[in-house]
Amino acid sequence: MTPAPTAAEPGAAPPPLLTVEGLTKHFPVRSGAFGRKAFVRAVDGIDFEVRPGETLGLVGESGCGKSTTGRLLARLLEPTGGRITFDGRDITHLGRRELRPLRQQLQIIFQDPYASLNPRHTVGKIVAMPLMVNGIDPPGGIKRRVQELLEIVGLNPEHYNRYPHEFSGGQRQRIGIARALALRPKLIVADEPVSALDVSIQAQIINLLRGLQRELGLAFVFIAHDLAVVRHFCQRVAVMYLGKIVEIGDRDDIYTRPRHPYTRALLSAVPEVNGSARERIRLVGDVPTPLNPPSGCRFRTRCWKATEVCATREPPLVGDGDGTRAACHYPEQGPGQSVVDGREGAMEGRAS
Amino acid sequence: MAAAVVPEQRPESDPYLRVRDLRVRFDTEDGVVQAVDGLSFAVQRGRTLGIVGESGSGKSVTGLAVLGLHNAKRTRIEGEILVGGRNVVGMREEEVSRLRGRDMAMIFQDPLSALHPYYTVGRQIAEAYRVHHPKAGRRQAWERAVEMLARVGIPQPARRARQYPHEFSGGMRQRVMIAMALVNNPDLLIADEPTTALDVTVQAQILDLLADLQAEFHSAIILITHDLGVVSQVADDVLVMYAGRCVEHGTVEQVLRRPQHPYTWGLLSSVPSLHGDADADLLPIPGNPPSLINVPSGCAFHPRCRYALRDGGPCDVEVPALLPVAEPGHGVACHLPPDDRVAIYRRDVASVGVAR
Repeated sequence: MTPAPTAAEPGAAPPPLLTVEGLTKHFPVRSGAFGRKAFVRAVDGIDFEVRPGETLGLVGESGCGKSTTGRLLARLLEPTGGRITFDGRDITHLGRRELRPLRQQLQIIFQDPYASLNPRHTVGKIVAMPLMVNGIDPPGGIKRRVQELLEIVGLNPEHYNRYPHEFSGGQRQRIGIARALALRPKLIVADEPVSALDVSIQAQIINLLRGLQRELGLAFVFIAHDLAVVRHFCQRVAVMYLGKIVEIGDRDDIYTRPRHPYTRALLSAVPEVNGSARERIRLVGDVPTPLNPPSGCRFRTRCWKATEVCATREPPLVGDGDGTRAACHYPEQGPGQSVVDGREGAMEGRAS
Repeated sequence: MAAAVVPEQRPESDPYLRVRDLRVRFDTEDGVVQAVDGLSFAVQRGRTLGIVGESGSGKSVTGLAVLGLHNAKRTRIEGEILVGGRNVVGMREEEVSRLRGRDMAMIFQDPLSALHPYYTVGRQIAEAYRVHHPKAGRRQAWERAVEMLARVGIPQPARRARQYPHEFSGGMRQRVMIAMALVNNPDLLIADEPTTALDVTVQAQILDLLADLQAEFHSAIILITHDLGVVSQVADDVLVMYAGRCVEHGTVEQVLRRPQHPYTWGLLSSVPSLHGDADADLLPIPGNPPSLINVPSGCAFHPRCRYALRDGGPCDVEVPALLPVAEPGHGVACHLPPDDRVAIYRRDVASVGVAR
């Protein structure tokens, strides 16, 4: 299944930098008293694409498969099925050696700025490592390039010889970003890059990433659970639930006219300083286990609109012409305020 | 600093918890950590006080001090913590533990490390009950545990009570923690980042549950959190902490809608929002939170403050007192003239981030 182009004029759009088709990752686990083999269906057939310089946000609750997706894209995990095409090349099953040139183009930033930097290496060495591993000798020498990178991410280049423990969480995240930028990648997978940081620092890092994205024309796959953060960083957003994409589209459509009930519930659950008057949708229960996801639509067990058809037939991810695609048998129709009074909006009939 | 300045907006009923000029210090190898430095506040039954601040602002240390959970050997605590009229500071350990669990209880951020992995949740809740009800039999305590599990919305409570913590999901585990905290009907509940580890849809459930339970048990709640959205949704009053001090306090309406301290402004304009211009840059607070071993002179926030009066001004010399502003109950510790603060807020802050 090839996703339809999302831009308004398909002819003018550049070819996608990254195309993901039917991507699947099943982790084997032993379950039950007899050690029966079972599979955690962490990512279960997802499709999306990212154009050069575009930022795609992957949002969802824990266990929805967003981080696994990120790791599959960076090929830190071996996909069970599906295809990843990067810059026109199928990278789904590349071996270690073949991956090396790929990793110059595609970098990853991790969530935990404490665990992702080697405590025994100086900052200079950490940021220089990608250059050294790939045998790159930048004009002016490695040290100059590293100091330049430190400056780009807002660190003092004189701190070249310091160790990670001498830096705060926000500064460490800047080091991780400098390391990711060292090879001038085209795409960065950022896995919860700000969720471990205090709010004031979080805003600094978001602004830094936004500036870099604009200046260097970087494409991002930005993985986060915080919907407000994603809104401030991403042009397009994919909402995941139990290993599937339930809705994907342009940021403004997703945030003002969510079509999947899960997207709506997720948005309405975010506590906001200025959102006290809003009606909250109370989802009952927790996310079911990905070991044995519900039949049909995976969200049906928590959905207030679910009927029989939701249990038997899996809704396809389809669009309604405006670029947003949602996987729901009863998509929301509400306009801008649908998060407030979507129930009324959903009642309005619409020719399908 | 006059203690009279501090939240005493409703003198008609006596607050259940009153903290006066609390100071908590830890002696470490690197020096003395001044974690809380002259903090005063009060909470009444049936009301929720949100304590907001970034990591290292002293908010959790305050919660632990109220419960008397600091290691007495390594901690120096001064001031007064009156729980239902009894001063916890300097109280003997046996007396504090009699209060703890019965009159005051705590919900922690990470339920998995706060629950014992080796015992069923029912047994742990029943034990919490029996400690303070020595006359209660095993069966009665167990029934009470099952009843509490049902009350916090755990389906099939009788069956679930026989399960172990690892068999529960994150949200359900937090419900177990709440059940255990409430099993003795405490008058004061301290919730330290109770929903930080949870997903938003589950967080919404837990916040609703806390509000329902408060209406039912009429306890005083202290909600410690870094999330301004959570505070605005469930708290009545807010206390903003920075480097161990209260920089602003008042009702949610006062502090979050008409904030007067530059740090509160900074927090509000650095939080991304679901509304407003998504392409506008956020306005972060420059720099990093200070080390509590070496707190900046004067107002601890002055090195990061955009509006600090630097040229011979008092900001880097004198610690600002927490003074009442125009409205009763609203207090701010800032050297800027109040009229300037109102003007700056209107001009620079009111239109940015979640403050909008």
